[in-house]
Amino acid sequence: MSKTFDTSTPSPASTLDAKIHYLFQLADNALIMGQRLCEWTGVAPELEIDLALCNIALDHLGQANAWYEYLVEIYPHPTDVDQLAFCRDEHQYYNITLTELPNGDFAQTIAKMALFSIFNYYLHDALRKCPDARIAAIAARSYKEIQYHRRYTSNWILRLGDGTDTSHERMQRALDIVWDHAFEAFAPSPADRIMHQHGIAPDLEQIKSLWEHEVHQLLHKATLSIPETGFTGYRAKSDGIHTEHMGYLLAEMQYMQRRYPNLQW
Amino acid sequence: MDQTTSIDLEKRFEGKIAQELKIEPKDWMPEEYRRMLIRQISQHAHSEVIGMLPEKNWLTRAPTLRRKMALLAKIQDEAGHGLYLYSAAETLGVSREQLYRDFLDGKAKYSNIFNYPALTWADIGVIGWLVDGAAIINQVSLQRTSYGPYARAMVRICKEENFHQRQGYSICLTLARGSKEQRQMLQDAINRWWWPALMMFGPPDAESKHSQKSMKWKIKRASNDTLRQKFIDQTVPQLEYLGMKAPDPHLKWNPERGHYDYGPIDWEEFWNVIRGKGPCNKERLRTKRVAYEKGQWVRDAAIAYAKKYN
Ligand SMILES: [Fe+2]
Ligand SMILES: [Fe+2]
Repeated sequence: MSKTFDTSTPSPASTLDAKIHYLFQLADNALIMGQRLCEWTGVAPELEIDLALCNIALDHLGQANAWYEYLVEIYPHPTDVDQLAFCRDEHQYYNITLTELPNGDFAQTIAKMALFSIFNYYLHDALRKCPDARIAAIAARSYKEIQYHRRYTSNWILRLGDGTDTSHERMQRALDIVWDHAFEAFAPSPADRIMHQHGIAPDLEQIKSLWEHEVHQLLHKATLSIPETGFTGYRAKSDGIHTEHMGYLLAEMQYMQRRYPNLQW
Repeated sequence: MDQTTSIDLEKRFEGKIAQELKIEPKDWMPEEYRRMLIRQISQHAHSEVIGMLPEKNWLTRAPTLRRKMALLAKIQDEAGHGLYLYSAAETLGVSREQLYRDFLDGKAKYSNIFNYPALTWADIGVIGWLVDGAAIINQVSLQRTSYGPYARAMVRICKEENFHQRQGYSICLTLARGSKEQRQMLQDAINRWWWPALMMFGPPDAESKHSQKSMKWKIKRASNDTLRQKFIDQTVPQLEYLGMKAPDPHLKWNPERGHYDYGPIDWEEFWNVIRGKGPCNKERLRTKRVAYEKGQWVRDAAIAYAKKYN
């Protein structure tokens, strides 16, 4: 199988390009979330949390796999899931930067997962009703899992925010750290726009207001304050320009495929 | 309690054991039986939990998405096994918290095998094949253990372990059919894991200090050497099918015994690792201890929150 890679450009030239780019956004979000969560394995605060984080990581990897499988079908060149998941260069990954942020402490992981899964929940709720049958089917399956991620992480936001002074302080700090990155989800990429014009992707403005409403209520209930928004120009999902953390994540994740290319495992 | 009743209770207990009836948590049992079970079940639980670490070492570097998912699902199963086993131990009147603290303090043992490093992707295949394979042999025999909750946990766990072993063997098979580098990687991993896997069944029968009583009370259902032989007999054909070799020049079919003969096991290494002097003992325990300490504030917050709102 060819190792050279040509993924869609920042400005998709055709509808197919836009769809490919859009599916990469979905797939890469799930893959990178899953990859990060794998890092918690065996070292979570308690065994039940270990089990839950494994479970959530597995959901994300499964979702990534489903999107990549669909990509393989519509991709202009012959390829396979692992070529797509492991053999692209950093600028060819279109996840939002929120997903690639380091886990930090448990509060930071929860902050990241909660902000992401609330967005993901509304996104998939729209996608499962979209006219593209394949996208709708994958989104419908993922939606059930994402409901659980949203509930699990929201519960932890409440417990940590309204638990002890220490946990409150940690939860607040964690939110401040990841906060800005969440807004990338709502800044439409060219692919988001084109897919929205075709009636497949939802209006991100609407998703944003649903997200803000829910997040504000959640933080309020958890006695946490809404962080001040700083830089909101992250656009990895449009142009593949990531944070400094992404290179390390990929170095680890791609190690085997880079070191031993073109083999069966 | 007067003496007659105590003798009656003991008789009834021995009677149940003799009739292959299960002992249940509310039944009377000798204190020593209880102690032995607590020790064995908790060691087993700790092993499941610490065993997540060597495999986790390759989770973030797994070569394909399918393998990554399978490995993650396996590790998740092991966490689940840890939970069932801690619950089974708790039916004997100890708290999981206490058992876990003893483990972190180095007062409790766990399977030696997890004190060896997982150095390449091939180790993940070999761990699934040999380590889970050895665990299955042991656990299948424990499905008939005399303590009900332990026996039932084993039935549940064995189903998943079989799957782990098949998955591990599938990794090995792919490597065996792969490039020269992949075959070498597999052979190296087999060389490193072979002897530790044989040691998983514990010291030779003659030297096993807990064995006799444990067999008498049917906690253990087969001796260490019997199980070890069973494992070897089952594994050698699988090894041959891979086209790989065991690092044992004495390994040979003995038609008279109807078993494979094998070379001497380095029991000094075994006892050293038990005493904390294996390649990863300190690191594994430190990892779990640090994780526990770092998680304290999270557990505290959960308790504080539950108190406020329940
Ligand atoms: Fe297990
Ligand atoms: Fe297992």
